[in-house]
Amino acid sequence: MTVPFYVSPEQIIKDKADYARKGIARGRSVIVMQYDDGIAFIAENPSRALHKISEIYDRIAFAAVGKYNEFENLRVAGVRLADLRGYSYARKDVTGRSLANAYAQTLGTIFTETPKPYEVEIVVAEVGRSATEDELYRLTFDGSVADEHGFVAMGGEAEGIHALLARDWHENMPLSEAITVAVSALSTAEQTENGTPHRTVGPAQLEAAVLDRHRARRTFRRLSVNQLAEILGDQVPGPPTAGTADSPDE
Amino acid sequence: MNAEFPGGLSAAFIGQATSSFADFLRTLGHDPAARITGDSADASGISRSVPHGTTIVALTCESGMVMAGDRRATMGNVIAQKDIEKVFEADEHSVIGIAGAAGIAVELVRLFCVELEHYEKIEGVPLTLDGKANRLSTLLRNNLGLAMQGLAVVPLFGGYDLDSNRGRIFSYDVTGGRYEERDHYAVGSGSTFARGSLKKLFRPEMTTDQAVTTAIEALYDAADDDSATGGPDMTRRIYPVVASVDNDGVRIWDEDSIGPVVDRVVSARMTSPDGPVAQLPQSGGAA
Repeated sequence: MTVPFYVSPEQIIKDKADYARKGIARGRSVIVMQYDDGIAFIAENPSRALHKISEIYDRIAFAAVGKYNEFENLRVAGVRLADLRGYSYARKDVTGRSLANAYAQTLGTIFTETPKPYEVEIVVAEVGRSATEDELYRLTFDGSVADEHGFVAMGGEAEGIHALLARDWHENMPLSEAITVAVSALSTAEQTENGTPHRTVGPAQLEAAVLDRHRARRTFRRLSVNQLAEILGDQVPGPPTAGTADSPDE
Repeated sequence: MNAEFPGGLSAAFIGQATSSFADFLRTLGHDPAARITGDSADASGISRSVPHGTTIVALTCESGMVMAGDRRATMGNVIAQKDIEKVFEADEHSVIGIAGAAGIAVELVRLFCVELEHYEKIEGVPLTLDGKANRLSTLLRNNLGLAMQGLAVVPLFGGYDLDSNRGRIFSYDVTGGRYEERDHYAVGSGSTFARGSLKKLFRPEMTTDQAVTTAIEALYDAADDDSATGGPDMTRRIYPVVASVDNDGVRIWDEDSIGPVVDRVVSARMTSPDGPVAQLPQSGGAA
């Protein structure tokens, strides 16, 4: 006859948290950072179709790492909540804070009440009229919310990237500098963490977008591979250097 | 808010695989149709006591299409509003104009705009122009109950088709029937006169500026013969709302850009009140 073992609540919570953390650590990283004209989102994501960064509302965007189907559920729910509020009240009544609260409640409930927690970490960002009014909320798998300033790194190499950004990030960076700093952090963090050889994350492996505070109404726009290549300069995708040496430059 | 996740997002938010905002509202029990249908209400009496929007014209041009609407709303014999706006940007590449019961029409436009943006955000790509036109059919059909009681809404939809690289125009009936129009169309109380005017002035290769002028001429002709359509109000500087759509997106013409066009049309009417004269075909001998 089998008797169920007693497992303490502390142990259950710890096991769930470890499980979620491991899941998140397997994924590639995402960086969210303020720059002079808004908030930039840079993710290492070779897929063109499965986004880690998305528009939620006029001034609000969403970035996530972890299990795709789980954060996609949250993203869709966020778009629905935002559109519902905007339709019921007014566009200005849709705020990042209320969305972050809804996500926190949802993630918290899922973490405590279901056997398997969501293996996700998300950022809800709202761009303000000026940099001091920008809001960055980081939400973890258990529903905790942190109100961040400046930059946030999530995913497998979050700690290494965080250290690099703490060194390189400063207020009022132009977009090109912000992207360059973020990409260099994504490229070198793994090396610092695991001692693996330096690799270059090129425009083709990147997903990037901004909330541009100076745009009217919908402030979210994606940055194309070409725009990224232009910003990153030497990392232009295309034929190897031997091929381009012969062809006339544009 | 919900049972599953108190204070958070209910299963209705997280579950359901729909990209439609209107369908999502229905799953929450907020039926947008119920909001504007009110099956039991007898609306026949109130038809004359709510503002009605009047004439909208649309035509294609070389680079896309143009839509324009006059600024009058009428309530029976009373002019309810002199500066109502009845032409709206639906999304980046389409516009919608509305004639009929103004309150219901504006609500329909609001829902339609959210519907398009919602789909685009959920799916990551915008609907095709045909998809948008069909979606409007469905939303419109939900208003059939009130339309039968006299509170009809008749939209005119148009946009730039990114697949075929041209401007297209769709008209509707109150049952949600969708009809693609060639070249030009008009809806609302002054539409008969506007259509006659468009027919005589339209040329397939018109530039956007020429198409805008043609639209203003058509609205002027509508206002000339239909009491519910307002002409350009030169004293108050209230001009028709004009939107043009091309590959680069929607442009709503502001007062500074549409003012000179209206001025030219109106001053030309000072010498020829019936407007530009269409050419007769060259006849054999008498010419």
